[in-house]
Amino acid sequence: MMRLVSSFIAGGLFGAGLYLSGMTDTAKVQGWLDVFGNWDPTLAFVMGGAMIPMAIAWRVARGRKSSVLGVPLPPPPSREIDRKLILGSGLFGVGWGLAGLCPGPSIASLSYGGPELYVFVAAMLTGMVVAPFVRSRLDKAVPAE
Amino acid sequence: MEQDWILGLIGGLLIGSGGAVYLLFNGRIMGASGIVGSLVDRTAGSLTAERLVFLAGVVLLPVLLMPAFGPVDTHITDNTAVLVAAGLLVGLGTRLANGCTSGHGVCGMSRLSLRGIVATVCYILAGGVGVVLFRHILGVI
Repeated sequence: MMRLVSSFIAGGLFGAGLYLSGMTDTAKVQGWLDVFGNWDPTLAFVMGGAMIPMAIAWRVARGRKSSVLGVPLPPPPSREIDRKLILGSGLFGVGWGLAGLCPGPSIASLSYGGPELYVFVAAMLTGMVVAPFVRSRLDKAVPAE
Repeated sequence: MEQDWILGLIGGLLIGSGGAVYLLFNGRIMGASGIVGSLVDRTAGSLTAERLVFLAGVVLLPVLLMPAFGPVDTHITDNTAVLVAAGLLVGLGTRLANGCTSGHGVCGMSRLSLRGIVATVCYILAGGVGVVLFRHILGVI
C-alpha cells in the first residue's frame, strides 16, 4: 500500500513539473531543438533542474541496499551500447522533433491536450505494442558474439 | 522569457523530485516510456498497480494545478499524418532504446550512465536534424 502512495506522489511531482515547466507546450520543445529558428532555452533549464534532486537521490541510493520501503535498488547501469539503443533513440528523436512530444508530457497533458493529443498517444501506444516484435527481429539479425 | 526559465527550473526540480521519490521509495528508475510501455505490452507484472497509480498522479496533478496556474497552450499540430508518424516513432523508438527523456535523460545522465548519455545525445541530435529537415527544408511542421 505504501508503495502505491509513494508511486502516486512520484507521478504527481512528475506531472506537476511537466505542466509547470511548460514542457507540454510542443512549441517550447521544438523551439529548443530548432537551433536555426528562434531558439528557446527553457528545456535546458528543465533538464538541469531535474538532474539536481535526481543526482542527490543516486548518491543517497549508493549508501543503501534497498529502498525506504524495502524494495531492492536498481543495479549499476549497463554499459552496453547496442544498435537497439542507437537506432531506437534516433527514431524517438525524429518523432520528438516532429510533434514536440515525448512520452511524459503526452501523458501529463491528457486532460488538456485535445483530440490531436489523443491521435498522438494512440499512435505512440501502437508503436509500443509493435516494439517487442521489432526488438526480437533486431536481436535475431545479429548472431550472438 | 525569463519567467519561462524560472518556471522551467522549478518544474525541473519537481520532475527530479518525482524521480528521487520513485527511486528511494519504490526502488525504480522513473522512465515514462517504460512505465507506459510495460503496461501496453503487459510486461509490468506485479508492478502493474504501482505504474497505473503513477500515471494517475501524472494526469491528475496538472488538473489540480490548472485553476491556480492557468491553462497551457500546447501548440500541437493539427496535421494527422504528422501526429501519427511522430507517435509511432516515439512509441517504437523509446521501447527499442529502453528509455526516453525521463529514463535515459533525467535519471540516466544524473548517475552518469553511459547508455543514458549516448541515448540522450542520439535523440537530441535526431530531434534537431528532424526539426530542421521537416520545418526548414520540407516545410511540413
